[in-house]
Amino acid sequence: MDAFTTLRGLVLPLDRANVDTDAIIPKQYLKSIKRTGFGPTLFDEWRYLDHGEPGMDHGKRPLNPDFVLNQERYQGAQILLARANFGCGSSREHAPWALLDYGIRCLIAPSFADIFYNNCFKNGMLPVVLDEGAVDDLFAQVEAQPGYQLKVDLPAQRIVRADGAVIGFDIEAGRKHSLVNGLDDIALTLEQTELIREYESKRKTEAPWLFGGEAG
Amino acid sequence: MAKQTLYDKLWQQHVVHCAGDGTALIYIDRHLVHEVTSPQAFEGLHLAGRRPWRAASVLAVPDHNVPTTTDSAGIDDPVSRLQVTTLEQNCNHFGITEFGMGDPRQGIVHVIGPEQGVTLPGMTIVCGDSHTSTHGAFGALAFGIGTSEVEHVLATQCLRQRKSKNMRVLLQGELRPLVGAKDVALALIGEIGTAGGTGYALEFAGPAVEAMSMEARMTLCNMAIEGGARAGMIAVDQTTIDYLRGRPFAPASERWELAVANWRELRSDPDAVFDREVALDVSSIAPQVTWGTSPEMVTDIDGAVPDPARQADAGKRESMELALKYMGLEAGTPIKDIALDLVFIGSCTNSRIEDLRAAAEVVKGRKVATSIKQALVVPGSGLVKRQAEAEGLHQVFIDAGFEWRNPGCSMCLAMNADRLQPGERCASTSNRNFEGRQGQGGRTHLVSPAVAAAAAIAGRFDDARVA
Ligand code: SF4
Repeated sequence: MDAFTTLRGLVLPLDRANVDTDAIIPKQYLKSIKRTGFGPTLFDEWRYLDHGEPGMDHGKRPLNPDFVLNQERYQGAQILLARANFGCGSSREHAPWALLDYGIRCLIAPSFADIFYNNCFKNGMLPVVLDEGAVDDLFAQVEAQPGYQLKVDLPAQRIVRADGAVIGFDIEAGRKHSLVNGLDDIALTLEQTELIREYESKRKTEAPWLFGGEAG
Repeated sequence: MAKQTLYDKLWQQHVVHCAGDGTALIYIDRHLVHEVTSPQAFEGLHLAGRRPWRAASVLAVPDHNVPTTTDSAGIDDPVSRLQVTTLEQNCNHFGITEFGMGDPRQGIVHVIGPEQGVTLPGMTIVCGDSHTSTHGAFGALAFGIGTSEVEHVLATQCLRQRKSKNMRVLLQGELRPLVGAKDVALALIGEIGTAGGTGYALEFAGPAVEAMSMEARMTLCNMAIEGGARAGMIAVDQTTIDYLRGRPFAPASERWELAVANWRELRSDPDAVFDREVALDVSSIAPQVTWGTSPEMVTDIDGAVPDPARQADAGKRESMELALKYMGLEAGTPIKDIALDLVFIGSCTNSRIEDLRAAAEVVKGRKVATSIKQALVVPGSGLVKRQAEAEGLHQVFIDAGFEWRNPGCSMCLAMNADRLQPGERCASTSNRNFEGRQGQGGRTHLVSPAVAAAAAIAGRFDDARVA
């Protein structure tokens, strides 16, 4: 996993609440058995005027000029500014994969759906929760100023706005540590192998039925 | 010792190690796997040269992509086929039990787990699927995970988690006839919103829950995620135990006795404290119909499409306007005036035998309206299908003009050939009415099996109570 420390990037504002995972990446693309290649179909149904299917040349499809992602001024964005309950719906990790593949490394919203939030960290992405007021202000600033950039500083847990104002944010220590150091969660957990074995043998005595198979 | 909730107990029993920063490594007893969210996880294992920690804890089944037409020899779509065969190869390679296509036990992962007794009280159960909350109906801690976590559980049998807060939903009163768990779930989400349960583990309790069958409880817990809660759960009682007795993967003989004694403890202590409490009197709940593109956009079947102009909150007003535009609906239209193109009875929410019985009851001796282009019944598993056929339910549906299909997720998310065309309107017993969920441009109204069945007969929403 790529480490995340600081990021200065262009901000893409998506002014809609409850953006669900079906909207982030429609189901026809979930048939892929890969982790990459989902970027061109991020927000597919809002982004293109036609119906997309896997295997199409997405570069040739008609774009929806009204969708924010297609506007010239937001090309190359690395930070997504969103509204409440972003990423609700399914557990599909294809949603963060699509955002990442498109180039988004950091998301800012008043709240995120639990599973989506968790999935971001597994992919070296930073979801930042700010209060509604701070998010409203950011939307206003981004819209008012083409080329609007934010600086996200994870070690210091702060966001620096274009006007120099600083907004602090909270993050769990463990998540921060893994993200800043780009650590592999599985390897970290396997360092506890002995504890897991101990737990397992104790549990086998207490609740043997949990370890049986068919007609156990 | 402090009084504990059911969730507190389940959590505590599974802590392997507390990290000190509020997270803990918790042990996972059961891992359910399907074809869509697992290929990248298995690939990760291959690449790192790892093996599953405990392959026997895993049960795999293809469900999202499988065709539901009876005459189909295989999967036509090569991309879907590759995903299904990839699952099979991975299971063979790693020694994981799979109920493959053609196995009579194959079906939707959340239907077959309980049906087989693979889902047991007191377990931690995960699956790369948000509706894993379904299994909480058995007094288990069950929640959906992403693909990286699927790989993590395969490799370590554990997950690093932060404990959720406790929320109790107290359901009082008695359900009116033809009102079911689906209506309760929708009414509740209408009340608390789709983010109302975010950060909470939800326990459903109260006399209305105690009176419910296991299948109704599963429907309720299934929808917990639509209310924002990763996990929904219900205490173990005699109903739970009776349901599990004799299931293929349930413990037998002495082990069964031992297990049952243990399971009876799986309930919240009488004076346990919840961080949030919501109470609902179910006797006031009418059949529910969603009118928008989020499960919280819901009203009574006797109601009307609400008017965004009367919504004070600007953000909510805008979402309502967008939803009505997408749904092609005018504010003020009575729900019963909404005409439908398709009807779908299925999904992990409502495809069990009791759901099919409830629908068949309404359909019996009647015909699907000629204005309905397609009415599908998709049983949740091969065994549900078999049972329904033994009871003659399939004939009721077929005689009325429904298509009787093979098990799978089908039109719940339209990854196989079953899908809506742009602009088509569907009464669906599934759980999500998001834009494009049942096919691009498709319009979904979430309802119970009885309401879906009545809608098929009338060609529009009709009160199942008078149908
Ligand atoms: S039936 Fe629908 S909600 Fe349930 S697992 Fe399948 S796709 Fe998901």
